[in-house]
Amino acid sequence: MTVRVSEGKRAERRLGWLLCAPAAIVMVAVTAYPILYSVWLSLQRFDLKFPDEREFVGLSNYITVLSNEYWWTAFGVTMLITVVSVAIELVLGMGLAVVMHRTLVGRGLVRTSALIPYGIVTVVAAFSWRYAWTPGTGYLANLFSDGAPLTERASSLAIIILAEIWKTTPFMALLLLAGLALVPDDLLKAASMDGATAWQRFVKVTLPVMKPAILVALLFRTLDAFRVFDNIYVLTAGANETSSVSMLAYNNLLRGLNLGIGSTMSVLIFISVAIMAFIFVKLFGTAAPGREEGRR
Amino acid sequence: MKLRWGLLDAVVVVFALLPVLWIVSLSFKTTATLTDGNLIPREWTLENYRTIFQTDQFVRALVNSIGIALISTTIAVVLGTMAAYAVARLDFPGKGALVGVSLLIAMFPQVSLVSPLFDIERQLGIFDTWLGLILPYITFSLPLAIYTLSAFFKQIPWDLEKAAKMDGATQAQAFRKVIAPLAAPGVFTSAILVFIFCWNDFLFAISLTSTERSRTVPAALSFFTGASQFEDPTGAISAAAVVITIPIILFVLFFQRRIVAGLTSGAVKG
Amino acid sequence: MADIVLDKVSKKYPDGTVAVRDVDLEIADGEFVILVGPSGCGKSTILNMIAGLEDISSGDLRIDGERVNDKAPRDRDIAMVFQSYALYPNMTVRENMAFPLRLAKLDKATIDEKVNDAAKVLELTALLDRKPANLSGGQRQRVAMGRAIVRNPKAFLMDEPLSNLDAKLRVQMRTVVSRLQRRLGTTTVYVTHDQTEAMTLGDRVVIVRAGAIQQVGEPQQLYDHPANLFVAGFIGSPSMNFLHASVADGRLRTALGDLPIGSRVRGLLSDAPENLIIGIRPEHFEDAALVDEAARAKGTEFEAPVELVESMGSDKYVYFTVEGERATSAELEELAADAGASDLPTGGGANLVTRLSAESAVKEGENWRVWVNLEKIHLFDPSNGRNLTLHEGRAAGVTAE
Ligand SMILES: Nc1ncnc2c1ncn2[C@@H]1O[C@H](COP(=O)(O)OP(=O)(O)OP(=O)(O)O)[C@@H](O)[C@H]1O
Ligand SMILES: [Mg+2]
Repeated sequence: MTVRVSEGKRAERRLGWLLCAPAAIVMVAVTAYPILYSVWLSLQRFDLKFPDEREFVGLSNYITVLSNEYWWTAFGVTMLITVVSVAIELVLGMGLAVVMHRTLVGRGLVRTSALIPYGIVTVVAAFSWRYAWTPGTGYLANLFSDGAPLTERASSLAIIILAEIWKTTPFMALLLLAGLALVPDDLLKAASMDGATAWQRFVKVTLPVMKPAILVALLFRTLDAFRVFDNIYVLTAGANETSSVSMLAYNNLLRGLNLGIGSTMSVLIFISVAIMAFIFVKLFGTAAPGREEGRR
Repeated sequence: MKLRWGLLDAVVVVFALLPVLWIVSLSFKTTATLTDGNLIPREWTLENYRTIFQTDQFVRALVNSIGIALISTTIAVVLGTMAAYAVARLDFPGKGALVGVSLLIAMFPQVSLVSPLFDIERQLGIFDTWLGLILPYITFSLPLAIYTLSAFFKQIPWDLEKAAKMDGATQAQAFRKVIAPLAAPGVFTSAILVFIFCWNDFLFAISLTSTERSRTVPAALSFFTGASQFEDPTGAISAAAVVITIPIILFVLFFQRRIVAGLTSGAVKG
Repeated sequence: MADIVLDKVSKKYPDGTVAVRDVDLEIADGEFVILVGPSGCGKSTILNMIAGLEDISSGDLRIDGERVNDKAPRDRDIAMVFQSYALYPNMTVRENMAFPLRLAKLDKATIDEKVNDAAKVLELTALLDRKPANLSGGQRQRVAMGRAIVRNPKAFLMDEPLSNLDAKLRVQMRTVVSRLQRRLGTTTVYVTHDQTEAMTLGDRVVIVRAGAIQQVGEPQQLYDHPANLFVAGFIGSPSMNFLHASVADGRLRTALGDLPIGSRVRGLLSDAPENLIIGIRPEHFEDAALVDEAARAKGTEFEAPVELVESMGSDKYVYFTVEGERATSAELEELAADAGASDLPTGGGANLVTRLSAESAVKEGENWRVWVNLEKIHLFDPSNGRNLTLHEGRAAGVTAE
């Protein structure tokens, strides 16, 4: 009897592994090996313009990058864009989620139009913004009397952030909407019977119930925002110190053809993201998405 | 009250649509009126569209975009379906690890892969080929596919499989006649989401290609020139942008409900 | 039509749970058998093994004398109705009902005829072209039944088919099921949680606890002559009262006073433990003022404070608290847990539920004299739950000579 039972179990395991293997192999082969390889590259001097000078240089690339002010500027810009855009997206996304949740007039229209920014190719949206803010072609550039906002650092950054927000608020809102749907109606009714105002109900009842959904949305969006690239590439191409770390790494690689330095930046970005993910998971422990899945 | 919600709705719709309308408007403007800053073109023209479809640059990129996105989507959805079925229905050691790995990849900074893939693909000879883009696309869309699909599969009432067997179906018949029709919408939804992801990508498209051979439209846009080298490409870019935006807008219009369900189930429950 | 025999059937799940152990059961051709027991006792597992949806770990299952352990569900010719109905959401009612026939490769005309007949029997004709999502709970239930009956299977298996319906519909559907089974005369195994279904539907009832059969019998037999404490407590609503009792000076010392013991029981008690449990059904009490002389001699009287009176019209449920120890045993705790009553506060002493005549003038808060019929009292051994008053399967009270 026991033999048969364990056989059934073993068959289930085998099937499970068999079904997962192709996906797992592809995912690991295309991420784990390259990231290890890029660690290896980052320890070398390797410039495709001077392929003969390739040599092992230890951590010197890291010293070069970390003592370079461009890197730190880019890092600062990336952080600024991440923090500001995610914060604004959270507020707007919450508002949008509430509108989508409550609204009865033209619900379908609102949902559909909110989804459009999600679907639009980022580059296309970025071009639209670029033309909008370029004097001449633009309808927005004239809002500011002094001309070309994309040629100044502060206004460029603001426009990049605006483009990011436009593009990803709907996604944030959808995640939050799913969380909103989990708040039991009876709970809200009970709270209003207890004399809570609409605002109090939102803060004391809705937000706490939604906390896991909010955290998941924040986690995903923060790490996503940190990768910002497309918008900057199209809007400013990194001019006026508006490069993000992704932009900088890309430029070192494809413009500078410097594989060693480019890889060093890749590794540093990977480490930054890992640290942020780790902090999120530590801070929010049980709410981290991986946990629940593991239990099933 | 109703009015206030209506007003909010209007704000949302305008905010979401304005940039799209703007680029549509640019694409219909003549070179002369391009810089007039009017939302509604004063002179309508199809010249820009004619231009892009006459240049090999755009047509080639469009073919690349469609081909690469379709192939990547097909493979990712097939692999994702298999893995998601295992995650949703089977118990096996390593399941947690698989879910963890795909979660990590969902948050992976793609730019970190650009340098090593650039070098690896050059050595393997797949740099600037369809395959060179398809591989990273599959990788980064698999987590999305696995999450949405396993959430869908968990909702299927698997009692039905038993019921079908009691009704005289074989295992294969139970799957084909009962389970597959129920799973199809979920598979279809994740296919749309994966397609949008592949269609949208810019970073890999611009880093892992160097010629028109495999450059997709988003990457090609930034290399665009007008009909001649010296013409302002704004009109052409806008027209091309509109062309690649249309399929997505159609998807969104037709499958709005499904896309919402797919996005939220994958991200919140997963 | 077929008989179904379970011969020492056991089920051990892959994770090591033994859900069913050594079940012996013979179900005659055309019989309607009810499986009843607390949640998790293995009812569904037994049913799924008969269906072929779960492997049998050991023992034999025979249908019509043929061993079918290794046959696939489709080769057993059995239909099943699921608790969730398991209707195929992508098919209309007609397609749902036709599905087993299509799989059996019947020709279209026959299929139509059979589906229409079944639909007529279950009053589904008007709904044939709807999808399950557009049906009410009761209608879905009938479609599930319809899908089971269209192909004239050898047997029906039903796993809590009515438990998703509201109380009123459940009563209605109960009669539908009962009439249908009688009309078709198909062997049926029916799993339920519901007392009333168990008592009213079947020819025989099987009581299951922790994967083992406790007693098999006609409903009335189980009610009057429960083999053990578990069966006694499980069958009947409100359930039997259990009190602690001890044997002293040839009498039974209980919270109701000292009770005489008849010679038959005295004989049985010689090797029984000192501490026992007595069980009395609510209807075996009566307002002492309403008992006539002839009856009075069969019982004894006691006085206790009235806690609560619930008038049902036809009779009155009267709740008393009596001084004295409460009865304790593993079975009783399990029963309380299944009823969800394990954490109800019961205060000191033992609670009695009695069913008195509607004419009784009993009042809450007063002390009242109550008569109890000693011929209907059961005595149980707390260590193994056995009914000590049972003799050749029949119970006859503690005073029987
Ligand atoms: N696939 C399984 N693997 C392991 N254990 C199981 C499995 N299915 C059921 N069990 C266990 O077997 C026991 C009997 O389960 P079963 O479903 O037969 O109970 P049941 O009597 O039908 O209960 P209910 O009235 O709640 O439906 C339970 O303890 C249950 O936890
Ligand atoms: Mg059950």
